[in-house]
Amino acid sequence: MYWDLFLNAIASGILLGGFYAAVTVGLAIAFGMLDVGNLAHPAFVILGSFCCYIFNQRWGVDPILAALVMTPFFFLLGAAIYQIYYLSFERRGEEGLRGLAFFFGLLFITEVGLILGFGVDYRFVEAPYIGPTLHLGGIDLALRTLTPFTISLVMVAGLQLFLSKTYTGRAILAVSQDSLALRLMSVRPYRVKLIAFGISIATAALAGAFLIIIQPVEPSIGRDYIGRVFAIVVLGGMGSFPGMMLAAMLLGVAESLTATFYGPSWSPAVAFGLLLLTLAVRPAGILGRRA
Amino acid sequence: MKHITFWLSTAICVVVLFAASRLVTNDYFFFAGYVVLQYIVLATAWNILGGYTGYINFGTSGFFAIGAYSSVVLHKLWGPPIPVLIIVGGILAGAVGFGMGGLTLRLKGVFFAIGTLALAIVVQTFITNWDFVGGSRGVYIIRPPTAPLLGSYIHYLFLIMLVLAGIAVAVARSIEQSTLGYGLAAIRDDEQAAEAAGVPTLKLKLVSTTLSGALMGMAGAPLPYYVTYLDPASGFNLAYAVNAIAMPLVGGTTSWVGPVLGAIFLGTIQEVTRVTISSSLNLLFVGVLLVLFVVIAPNGLIGLYQPRRRRQDEPQRRPQAAL
Repeated sequence: MYWDLFLNAIASGILLGGFYAAVTVGLAIAFGMLDVGNLAHPAFVILGSFCCYIFNQRWGVDPILAALVMTPFFFLLGAAIYQIYYLSFERRGEEGLRGLAFFFGLLFITEVGLILGFGVDYRFVEAPYIGPTLHLGGIDLALRTLTPFTISLVMVAGLQLFLSKTYTGRAILAVSQDSLALRLMSVRPYRVKLIAFGISIATAALAGAFLIIIQPVEPSIGRDYIGRVFAIVVLGGMGSFPGMMLAAMLLGVAESLTATFYGPSWSPAVAFGLLLLTLAVRPAGILGRRA
Repeated sequence: MKHITFWLSTAICVVVLFAASRLVTNDYFFFAGYVVLQYIVLATAWNILGGYTGYINFGTSGFFAIGAYSSVVLHKLWGPPIPVLIIVGGILAGAVGFGMGGLTLRLKGVFFAIGTLALAIVVQTFITNWDFVGGSRGVYIIRPPTAPLLGSYIHYLFLIMLVLAGIAVAVARSIEQSTLGYGLAAIRDDEQAAEAAGVPTLKLKLVSTTLSGALMGMAGAPLPYYVTYLDPASGFNLAYAVNAIAMPLVGGTTSWVGPVLGAIFLGTIQEVTRVTISSSLNLLFVGVLLVLFVVIAPNGLIGLYQPRRRRQDEPQRRPQAAL
């Protein structure tokens, strides 16, 4: 019985980890590769959730399909935000304090805007795969987490292929490795970063669909994800997708075990505690990546 | 101006302001004034670390709530007068600030900022799971109906926060115009160069984080008596963190005037919109103004009034300085 509980906690933790990977992959691109500390990423995920909610409630569209329709718009939104960020901070060399405050402000505006628009009620979507559960031996896999898990794996794998095989993808990797060298070769990192940041925000639309499939969403739950996503990016080695997957699963399992054996009210501390631990123990090497 | 002169003139300001407030008969003025003064303390405290030293603290609400909850604990155990609560809250939050200073050894820029956010959430989780202080249900504090000498309790709270704001501003001004302040500015502009030039960076950073944390805790200590009902969601409200960042950035981070101006400006706008329009909209204002100011007026309100020439004379910030 105890063993069953344990196995189930591990299984649901892994599924949760897959979902965390989807939430994080955008930040792994923005923060891990482009050095843009986009604190507002979780807020865009929530924005994605609410877009899916509108599509689902008004026209009964499947949330994942709705998210796919939304991705181009999120891409444009991301590009616009990067444009402002570039002009106001990066070009002036002030991305540190003011850039962070900028994203913190964006996070807050998105959240309060959603509260003004939708109130603080929990919203949810309807889809055929939300109710049923798959039984494999003693392990229960809820389809509402299995579906996001599967699509999330496909998305991350797709992005990995895009980055390593296509011309644009390789350009993004080149920017992340040495942006100064690129400039010496008369390439403008600006345009590459614009596209990359657009992609980063576009993934938030899909992650938002997953979020609202897994659990009901209200505007301020995005905050809980700030610690998680940054913990995963840092733990995963700043922009490495395999590392990120591993870190996401680790966090998912750790949270799921804590929730099962100690109670869900302790799970926020897991992510942030893990983050503090990673930040404190991890040698300063990761900080001097550009230096 | 010598330090002693500034402390004296701040004290005179506090006395004059308080004397003037005795003429106000509407109690609402004291409730709103308390909030604005509390934000002056928070913004000034944040600026000691954020503006002078260049380390961004997203965990203001954590320090603030440590002060508030230490008061709750003391109130349940023994019920000492508020000045004692403020000192205890300041010591506890200062100790956590000292710990946060240790983080600066390893963490710079974004990593430090996120570390402070993590710190606030970890503290919040512990408070939420601690039944003695009410857990997630919150706790009621019954305050005495009257205060000594002043009569009305809210007048007493207002006076306390006014004095605290005076102390915070005077401390910030003293730091700014001392060797400590120049050392902090050196760290902000280029930590490696400062270290190489013999600035004891770790010691200065520890002083800065401890002072900043302690002042935030002191601002939070009277909170339970002001709100009379405290739960983790309101004590750790992200609004405190956003305001503590927005106010110095809107006012200007390089001098003690900035946070005070920003706190008065944003604090008043928020109180007015809270009463006249809606309480969610006032937070939207803060977010929008924060974004607008960092994009359009990077030096804040005081930057707008500085003559152009002086601005150009300022040494160019090193791009990597903040990271």
